[in-house]
Amino acid sequence: MCGISGLHLRNPALYPQLGELLSGMLCEAAERGTDAAGIGLYGDPRLTPAGTTTVSVLDLAAPLEEVTRLLEARGLTGVRLLEAGQTTVISAANSAAELETAVRAALPDLIISGRGTQLAVLKGTGHPDDLAATFSLPSASGWQGVAHTRMATESAVTSSGSHPFSVGPDQCLVHNGSFANHATIRRELRADGIVFDSENDSEVGARFLAAQLAGGADLEKSLRLLCERFDGFYTLLVTTGDSFAVVRDAIACKPAVIAETADWVAMASEYRYLAGLPGVADARIFEPEPEQVYVWER
Amino acid sequence: MGTLTDTPFTTIDLTAESVRELNRRLHREAAVGSRWRIIGSMGRHNIAVGLAEKLTVEIDGHVGYYCAGMNQLADVVVNGNAGVGLAENMMSGRVHVHGNASQSAGATAHGGLLVIDGDAAARCGISMKGVDIVVGGDVGHMSAFMGQAGRLVVCGDAGDALGDSLYEARIYVQGRVRSLGADCIEKPMKAEHLAELTQLLADAGRADDPAGFRRYGSARKLYHFHVDNASAY
Amino acid sequence: MTQDMAAQGLRESATFDRATIHAIQRAAETGIYDIRGGGAKRRLPHFDDLLFLGASMSRYPLEGYRERCDTDVVLGDRFASKPLHLDIPVTIAGMSFGALSAQAKEALGRGASEVGTSTTTGDGGMTDEERGESKSLVYQYLPSRYGMNPDHLRKADAIEVVLGQGAKPGGGGMLLGQKISDRVAGMRTLPMGVDQRSACRHPDWTGPDDLTIKIAELREITDWEKPIYVKVGATRTYYDVKLAVKAGADVVVVDGMQGGTAATQEVFIEHVGIPTLAAIGEAVRALQEMGMHRKVQLIVSGGIRNGADVAKCMALGADAVSIGTAALIALGDNHPSLDEEYRSIGSAAGYYDDWQEGRDPAGITTQDEDLARRLDPVKAGHRLANYLRVLTMEAQIIARACGKAHLHHLEPEDLAALTIESAAITRIPLVGTSWIPGQQL
Repeated sequence: MCGISGLHLRNPALYPQLGELLSGMLCEAAERGTDAAGIGLYGDPRLTPAGTTTVSVLDLAAPLEEVTRLLEARGLTGVRLLEAGQTTVISAANSAAELETAVRAALPDLIISGRGTQLAVLKGTGHPDDLAATFSLPSASGWQGVAHTRMATESAVTSSGSHPFSVGPDQCLVHNGSFANHATIRRELRADGIVFDSENDSEVGARFLAAQLAGGADLEKSLRLLCERFDGFYTLLVTTGDSFAVVRDAIACKPAVIAETADWVAMASEYRYLAGLPGVADARIFEPEPEQVYVWER
Repeated sequence: MGTLTDTPFTTIDLTAESVRELNRRLHREAAVGSRWRIIGSMGRHNIAVGLAEKLTVEIDGHVGYYCAGMNQLADVVVNGNAGVGLAENMMSGRVHVHGNASQSAGATAHGGLLVIDGDAAARCGISMKGVDIVVGGDVGHMSAFMGQAGRLVVCGDAGDALGDSLYEARIYVQGRVRSLGADCIEKPMKAEHLAELTQLLADAGRADDPAGFRRYGSARKLYHFHVDNASAY
Repeated sequence: MTQDMAAQGLRESATFDRATIHAIQRAAETGIYDIRGGGAKRRLPHFDDLLFLGASMSRYPLEGYRERCDTDVVLGDRFASKPLHLDIPVTIAGMSFGALSAQAKEALGRGASEVGTSTTTGDGGMTDEERGESKSLVYQYLPSRYGMNPDHLRKADAIEVVLGQGAKPGGGGMLLGQKISDRVAGMRTLPMGVDQRSACRHPDWTGPDDLTIKIAELREITDWEKPIYVKVGATRTYYDVKLAVKAGADVVVVDGMQGGTAATQEVFIEHVGIPTLAAIGEAVRALQEMGMHRKVQLIVSGGIRNGADVAKCMALGADAVSIGTAALIALGDNHPSLDEEYRSIGSAAGYYDDWQEGRDPAGITTQDEDLARRLDPVKAGHRLANYLRVLTMEAQIIARACGKAHLHHLEPEDLAALTIESAAITRIPLVGTSWIPGQQL
C-alpha cells in the first residue's frame, strides 16, 4: 500500500522546478508509506545528459573507478557514474542496447532498475524525507516525474521491491493497491522467458505492460488488457518517453485524484500532495472513472 | 439557525496549527453558537471530526479524508473540495461542500443533511442509515449501496449499480442513471414523494424542479435468502 | 452400531462419509448453502500438541499461594492516554447483541467485571446492559457500522477496528430474519424480520494506507484517549500484523479458524483461515522483527478452552487471549440438562450449533423473549466469573511449575512439541529431540 503521484509539465518554463515540485509531492505522501520511496525523472540534464543513454542499477558495491574501467573495456564511451543512495546512475554515449548489454556482462548480479534515453529511476529503502535529500531531488529538473512512497504489503522491504518499476525503455509504473492473481500471471510471463527482479506484485504489472508494449500494442490498449487480466484493487500511474497515463480497476476503492491546468497535468493518491502546485487553485480537479484509461501525450 | 450573525469568527490557520490542536479546541473550547473559520487546510485529513455542539465551522480551502466525520449538531461548510468519507457516520447537523466530494460521501450516516454542490464520486451514501444527501452534480458508481434509510437526491447523473442491494433508503435522480444495482427499481412518484423531494431541494438551497426527477427504491426481493436470487449474491 | 455394520460387511467411505452424504442431500433438497454457528470443528493442529516442560533439576517451581505469579496486563499504551488495565489476560471476544440475547450480553458483562477483565461489543452496536455491566468495554468498528455513533465511541474504553474474524475471514456479518426482533432492528436500522445482508469491506477505507487515516480519525474523535485495536481473521497473519502496526494500531487481535461465529456458511468456517496455533507464531515473529513485541500488544483467540491453552499462548508470545465459544458454554450453552429440548429441534447437547436459528433453549443465541428469559444474567454472570477464575488459576499453576513470577514470563523454551506438524508450525523442538522441521540445526 502506498502513496503515488506524478507530474507531467506542459510549460517548459516550469522544467527547472520539476524536482522541487515533485519533492513536495513525495514528502506529503510520506505518511502513506515510510518503508521506501522512489522517483522517476524524465529529462534531467544532470542525470540523463543529452546524447547519452542511461541505466539505473541498485546496490552497487564495487568502487566507481573500477566499474568505469570494466565498462570501458566492453566498448562503452563517455561513461559517467552518479551515486544516489542505493541507486547508481550509469550513462554512456552508446545506444541503449549496447549500454545495457555491457552493464549486464560487467555486473551480472546487479538489478537494473531503469533504462532509456530520458529516464533516471532512483529508489531505495528508508524514509521518503531522507531519500528526497539523498536523491538531490529538490534541485532536479525535467519535463515529467513520478514519485512513490511504499508501505510494503506482502513482500519484503528491499530496494529492488520498491517502486517505480521500470522494466522497459523509458517506462515507469507506480502502483497503489494490491493485485490478487499476480502469482499466476508471473508464472506465465516467466514461462515466456521474462526474468523478475523481486517478488513484488507491482513488478508483475510492469512486466505485463512492458511485454504488451514490446509486442506493438499502444499504451491505452495495454492498460485495458491489464485491467481485464488482473484482479485486485489498484490505481496505476504509467509513464513512457512520451506519455502520462492513469487507470483504476473496476471497483475503484483505492483513491486517485487528477488535476489539470494549461501548464501541467498531475495525479496523486491524495489531493494534499497537489496542494503546493502552482496554479492548483484554478485547476480542473477530477477523479478518474473505474476502468477508464486517461492518457496525456507529450 | 440559532447563531447570532454578528458573533465573531475565530480563525485557525492549519499551516501554523495542527489538525489535532484544531479538533481539540473544537471539542473542548468551542461554546455553543461559536463560529470558526479555518484557512490553510491544504487537503489535510480529519478536519472538524467528532463535533458535538451547535457550532459553525467554515473551511476556506480543500479538505482531505473524513472531514466532519461523525458530525453531531454542527454546521460545517467547505469552500473547496472534500476527500474520501466526507461527513461519514454523521448523526445530525449540516455539512455543505461547495466543490466536489470524493468517494463514500455520507457513508453510513444516520441523520442530518449533507449538501454537495459539485459532483460526488463512487459510493455516495454507501450504507446510509438515515442521512439526507443532496448532490448538485453527478454521483459515481455503487452510490447508495446497501442504503438502509434516508434520502439521496442527485441533480445530475448517477453512475453504475445505483442502489445496489438497497434496503429502505429512497433515491431521487434528475439526470441519467447509467445502470441500476441488484434489487433497485424505479418506483412511481406520488404526492408524498414530490413533497419530500421539494423539501429536500429547498433545504439544500437548490432551484431544480422536482417534477424533473425520478424515484428509485428497493424491490425487496432480497429481504429473505432464496436460491432463485443466487446470482444477486 | 459400527461393529454391526462391519459384521455385515458394510464399510463407510472416508471421502463420502455419512455427514458428507447428508450435506449433499441437503443441498440438493434446498438449493442453498448450509449456515451454522460455531467455529471450525475438524481436528486441527492446536494447543494440545504442545506440552510444558515444568520444573527440573535446574529450574525451580514457585510455591502455590505464597510465591507470586501475577496475571495483570496493560493493553493499548502505545498511543492512547487511557490504556486498559486488566487483572487477568483473558478477555471476552466480540459477540453481537442480536446474535446473543440481551440477557447473555448482560451476563458476559457481569462475569467479566467480577474478575476485572473486558468484554467486547459485536456487529450490532452497544447496548445499555453491556455498557452498564462491563467495567471495561471494547467497542467494535465493523464494515456494517450498525448502531455506530460517536457517543458510544466516547463511552467505550477501547475501539476495535474489525477487518475480519477467524470463522470467516473476508465475510461480513450474518443475522437471519428470525433474530431481527424489534429491538435488534431498531439498533441496526433494518426492517424487522428481514435476513440481514452485510458488507464484507469497510465502506470508507480499503487497505492499510487508508486504515492509517481512519485510525487517525477515530483518535481525533476521541481525543487520543482510547486504545485502538485492529482485529484480523488469521490468514496472512505475518503481513497483517506488520501492516496493522504500520497503520498505527495500539493492539492487534488475531482470531484463528477455530474462532466461532453466530452464523455463516459451513464451507467458510471449515475451509478459510488458518489454525490459531499457526497464526500466533506468525504474529509474534512479525512484532519481534519490527521491535514492537510487547509494545503493540497481541490478543489471540480461536479455540481457547482451558488454562493450559492460555499459558501456551503466553509462552508463545501473546499478551492476552480472548474467548467467545468457551464463554457461551460457561453461561450455559449446550448444557446436558437441555438435551431433550435440543433433540426436539434436531440437535443434541454437545452438538448444538444452529445458533442462526434463534431457538436456543439456553436463552443465549436467541431473540425470542420467552427463551431469553430463561437465562438469569446474575447466575450466568457468576458462572462465567467462575470459569474465568479457573482459567487464570490453571495458567498460574503451570507458570509456577515453570518458575515464573508472571504469566508473561512464560517463554517458548518452556514448551515441547508432540508432533512434527506442531514443531514445524510453532518452531518448538519435537519432544525428545532438538529438531524443528524446516529450521537449520
